[in-house]
Amino acid sequence: MAAPGRPMPGTDPTEVHRRKFLGYLVAAPTLAVGVQLFASSAKADAAIPTLPQPEDILDLGDAQNLAALPTSGLISVEINTDGTASFALPRAEVGQGMTTTAAMLIAEELDLPLDKVHITLADARPELMMNQLTGGSNSVRSMYTPIRTAAAIARAQLVNTAAKQWGVPASQLTTKDGVVAHKSGRSAHYGELTKAAASTTTTVAADVTLKKSADFTIVGTPQNRIDARDIVTGRKVFAMDMKVPGALPAMVRRPPTINGTVKSINNKAAVLAMPGVTDVAAITYGVGVRAQTFGQCIDALRALDVTWGPGTVDKESDATVLQKLKAATLPLAVPPLGALSVDAEFVFNFASNAALEPDNAIADVRSDSAEIWSSLKIPITAKEDIAAMLGMPLDKVKVHVVTGGGSFGRHLFHNVAAEAAEFSKKIGKPVKLMWSRTDDFRQGRTHPMSINRVRATHLLGNVLTFEQRHTSVQTDFSHGLGEVLTATAARLPVGGNLSFAETIFLLTQSVPYNFGVVTQLLNEIPLRFNTGSMRNIYSPNVVTALELVVDELAKKMGKDPVAFRRSFLRDAKLRAVLDKAVEVGQWGRALPKGVAQGIAVHSEYRGAVAVLTEVDCRPETVNRPVPTSEGVTGPRVTKATIVVDAGLPLNPKGLEAQMIGGMNDAIAIILTSSLHIKDGLPLEGSWDNYFYTRQWNTPPEVNVVIMPANSETPSGAGELAVAPVAASVACAYARAVGKMPTTFPINHGTLSFEPLPLEPSTPQSPTDGLDHTF
Amino acid sequence: MPTHTFQLNGTRVTVDVADDVRLLWVLRDILGVTGPKYGCGLNVCKACTSHINGKAFNPCSVPVSQIKDSDEITTIEGLPATVGADLHPMQEAWLEEDVAQCGFCQPGQIMAAVALVHKVRAEGRQITDEDLDGLRNICRCGTYPRIRTAIKKAAQNM
Ligand code: FES
Ligand code: FES
Repeated sequence: MAAPGRPMPGTDPTEVHRRKFLGYLVAAPTLAVGVQLFASSAKADAAIPTLPQPEDILDLGDAQNLAALPTSGLISVEINTDGTASFALPRAEVGQGMTTTAAMLIAEELDLPLDKVHITLADARPELMMNQLTGGSNSVRSMYTPIRTAAAIARAQLVNTAAKQWGVPASQLTTKDGVVAHKSGRSAHYGELTKAAASTTTTVAADVTLKKSADFTIVGTPQNRIDARDIVTGRKVFAMDMKVPGALPAMVRRPPTINGTVKSINNKAAVLAMPGVTDVAAITYGVGVRAQTFGQCIDALRALDVTWGPGTVDKESDATVLQKLKAATLPLAVPPLGALSVDAEFVFNFASNAALEPDNAIADVRSDSAEIWSSLKIPITAKEDIAAMLGMPLDKVKVHVVTGGGSFGRHLFHNVAAEAAEFSKKIGKPVKLMWSRTDDFRQGRTHPMSINRVRATHLLGNVLTFEQRHTSVQTDFSHGLGEVLTATAARLPVGGNLSFAETIFLLTQSVPYNFGVVTQLLNEIPLRFNTGSMRNIYSPNVVTALELVVDELAKKMGKDPVAFRRSFLRDAKLRAVLDKAVEVGQWGRALPKGVAQGIAVHSEYRGAVAVLTEVDCRPETVNRPVPTSEGVTGPRVTKATIVVDAGLPLNPKGLEAQMIGGMNDAIAIILTSSLHIKDGLPLEGSWDNYFYTRQWNTPPEVNVVIMPANSETPSGAGELAVAPVAASVACAYARAVGKMPTTFPINHGTLSFEPLPLEPSTPQSPTDGLDHTF
Repeated sequence: MPTHTFQLNGTRVTVDVADDVRLLWVLRDILGVTGPKYGCGLNVCKACTSHINGKAFNPCSVPVSQIKDSDEITTIEGLPATVGADLHPMQEAWLEEDVAQCGFCQPGQIMAAVALVHKVRAEGRQITDEDLDGLRNICRCGTYPRIRTAIKKAAQNM
């Protein structure tokens, strides 16, 4: 064998400085290596000269890592007799590419081809406590070291086993492509060694030295998603594609206001007699129907005659909520200083975190046990809550995590899984329960309306004070951080959600500029909308407000926006990405009147991003025709340059995908998409009402630049682009129209569609599909 | 119950279901063909896009009774067979560009893209940015830029 493989650790003299990591050979018939699931780098790496804000020292991901330290559960990498490796990932896969990254880490440390690594999603595992939460862009950061450790120990154990069998020193063996080889020509693939390598009777501790990132051959290189082929052939299985015996389609007729309740069902027998319908029963938030097909569920729920009880926010509309937010805004400390201050107030309307796949779950509840399938980011909390609701011991409730069609924060909650379980229990049959598109927008979780008040003062070329007050309808954090203790803390009436929310706010927000005395505070009003985190939680709103005011400050002080930012930025990483964006995006290039550039920076989850966008606000663009009568156009982002420093980019192709996805989310929340609340319900009921970015809104020219690796650990990525793109688009728009926008999205004032009826809660499907072929 | 017969991915199928059930549910709930996805049921999101006699359409908005015996329905599962290969060039381009994120919209995106290329070709033109702007399919993960690149690439191999 001419090609050199990897020698055993110990032959490289520089290794004495490298850290050792501990794992366990788990008693099993074939080799299985378990590690404790916590990141070893739960420390601050920032050394910041001015007074640091909380996020600078410890961010949300760090907090999650720290809280995970006492966790006792093991995750394990297993070597199969066919030479492949298997790993059950205790995280959700909702499009963010976590399974691909995990496979890359295992392939790297095992010296195994990527396509020989199988990743599945682990069922709910209560012993992992908060370490089974997918959120806060924390997955890769927390799993980076544990997964590699398990794979590296597995490799070492395979090598040691071969050495023993062949009577040669382990240091003479190399590994490559899943084969252990000796210079004599002798070789064995991992599958041949796995039984002998296994610890068949006891679990023993083992330690190992990990590869240096400079030696990586897979990690750090662009790799395609491991599920891409299944996706393009339609074979990827989402929960509604699963075949669970007896689980017939089920849907829910819902009240005309949020969280309304059922008083009576007035025509149950008639609906039960409809074709295909098998069951009708009242549940907490509506009336469940079960039928042979989802189409017949829609017919049945529409035919129901239900008397409704009131909901929790029946009297609330956009204007009443706004009034309450203004009244609750915390006072600013510094008085206005006339010409020497910038004062601004921004309104961010309700937005939907609905995925394209509507909320759904399969539930099979029997008299003494239950089984649930759903896309869940915190399956442990789901399991605990559902077990409590069903009155069953935890070990009688099996919760399977299914890959999801997007999440954006929605799947932090398990409402649909609980609802499916409730309905299944009521009727004593398995159900495949799906929310309709309209349910998803009207009764699903939302990103709450907020206002952001900013006052900055300046003197003699310096910014003296920068105060920001964020006031929001309560963001529901009752999912906690993944296990019952924190979930309970967030639900307590005293302290409760606000103190939890304040913690999240402080751990995610910071002002990256040297602006003298800086304060950023949060207040919440406890209105009972169904809210939750949306991709990047507070940052898109807070950073948009911040960067718009930065542009105003620059204007007042007669400075170019880029030069101004450069001179006040505290962090070298942010300056570097800013410089790169300015160069690649050609800051200051000549553009026609009505088209302008905007620049913004943001640092979070230990990553740094700068974004330069161009927004075209000329009438011929704003009024361009689109293929659907109810689609909105408006200003178009024509070009976007996103420069990201992700510390150690593990999969540049996946990172680029996350930047592009985050960009499209940001464009939507600044330009086109919001919910209009009227008398206790959003008016939006379909994708032609809720104007998420479409092809005719996305920039025709997008350039993502990934900065070279400069750290031994990866930053978060999933949410990183949303805030800076939002801010950059808002700044470009302000410059193009010559006026700073203060309400987002900018088109919220115009209702551009005819709302679907409030009752029945789900509209009937059209019948004229054949008139629209192409 | 009435029976309905049509060609599905090259095979003749017969189903026993009420006339007004939309074809999407016949495919998914009765025939177990789950490539086409439900994202709205309103002919808006285009996640269910499939082909009828080679043209893109949305089965969520067509009652099964409107499908004739001779109609050939192709879902994403049957797309490769239309070119007699393991993968259609559009699927190949999707893999090359690593378009998908969650993947939920992608069967519909690919079926719409294939129809768009055929349509533009029949008009004797090349795909333009305006053609791509005209695609209605929602991708809530925001993969639009890679979709545009993949379609332009595939158009050259179709
Ligand atoms: S489900 Fe058919 S268009 Fe949305
Ligand atoms: S890939 Fe998730 S909706 Fe398109």
